[in-house]
Amino acid sequence: MSIRHGLLALLDQGPRYGYQLRTEFEARTGATWPLNVGQVYTTLSRLERDGLVEPAGEDEEGHQFYAVTASGRAELRAWFDTPVPRTNPPRDELAIKLAMAVTVPGVDVTTVVQGQRRHSIKALQDYTRLKGRALAGEPRPGVASSASHDLAWLLVLDQLIFQTEAEIRWLDHCETRLAQHAEAEQARAAEAARDGGATGAPPARRRLRA
Amino acid sequence: MSHTQPARQTPVLHLENVTRVHGQGAAQVQALRGIDLKVHPGEFVAVMGPSGSGKSTLLTLAGGLDTPTDGQVLVEGVALGGLTRKRLAQVRRRSVGYVFQDYNLIPALTAGENISLPRELDGLSARAARREALAALEELGIPELADRFPDDMSGGQQQRVAIARALIGDRRLVLADEPTGALDSTTGEAVLAVLRARCDAGAAAMMVTHEARHAAWADRVVFLRDGRMVDESVSQDAASLLVTAATNSVKVDE
Repeated sequence: MSIRHGLLALLDQGPRYGYQLRTEFEARTGATWPLNVGQVYTTLSRLERDGLVEPAGEDEEGHQFYAVTASGRAELRAWFDTPVPRTNPPRDELAIKLAMAVTVPGVDVTTVVQGQRRHSIKALQDYTRLKGRALAGEPRPGVASSASHDLAWLLVLDQLIFQTEAEIRWLDHCETRLAQHAEAEQARAAEAARDGGATGAPPARRRLRA
Repeated sequence: MSHTQPARQTPVLHLENVTRVHGQGAAQVQALRGIDLKVHPGEFVAVMGPSGSGKSTLLTLAGGLDTPTDGQVLVEGVALGGLTRKRLAQVRRRSVGYVFQDYNLIPALTAGENISLPRELDGLSARAARREALAALEELGIPELADRFPDDMSGGQQQRVAIARALIGDRRLVLADEPTGALDSTTGEAVLAVLRARCDAGAAAMMVTHEARHAAWADRVVFLRDGRMVDESVSQDAASLLVTAATNSVKVDE
């Protein structure tokens, strides 16, 4: 997730200080990816090191303001203009877990699938509950509400929902595939047992499958 | 939320050790095996499971459209098995709103008439029933369909009329079989929000679906497999979710 570009996008709307950036970031993403102020300052100093932001003075309360530079603005435009790369699939622990589970003897894959499905449905219920509130226009605690912030939050929630749904659909699919595989294995075993006894004519089943 | 309500409250729907066997002898199929399920006022339950797991059978039994081979179905504390045909029809009309997967609208009646029919059968004046029908259509965002016939409507429009028909009056129990199958994702969402709001206002609902995104509107999601309830997922309150989200943390990228 690009906090770096997120902060640039906020600074593009005018100079801001660290705590303010954190609050505004979370107003848009609904604290889905909460930032602590330390993370904001670490990112700001890297952006400054790379010449993308520069200090823009302090207010009377001692808040250090930052402003986006011309190259920071160019970097931001380039970010919006470039698709988020999908060429390197993110490492997915669940996919790795299932890929291992089907090869390790003694693991009940169906139980692994159902356990994950329950967990993911629960997450989906939770996101949907939040979305129901957002759609009903209920204010979020600690967030200054505005139409564009609420829209941003809804989009983030929708993304979480669709992504979780995709995972559940994949789990359903895995289950069907596992069942088909088990059936095919059984049929193969039965056929092997039959063929072992009769070495004569090829069995009709095999011809059907060809 | 509803699932934390006291257990002594009478469930709107109670399936008690319900078993349903289809067919006889060698062709016998155990559609449901000993299902125990309570749906309380204010509760929205979704039923998920692969094809043939017994989802639809469960719904038809709950709606009194079919009779269990063993066990009993109670709606608002009344056992459906002991009712005369006339009383059963009355319970189905007054207490239960049923959304059929294939809508089941009467082709010779307009949308408005389809919706108001059960209320008129209950003795409401035609004018009052019409008013309720229009309100239900309004709730589903399709008031302009009141005087159209089912043949003149798209599948999605018919589906929403069928849902309006199930919601009219003070139905305490709404049963829905894939109620969003013909709808695009935002319309489907609006329909689920209506069901959700009905439950938040005190009704109970049970919905069969294979779409996880739709099931997620429910308080409880139960999983059926081979006629048995194998698992369930209960959602937590949204207020505590925001707190959970705020205590999570992320890594700073380079």
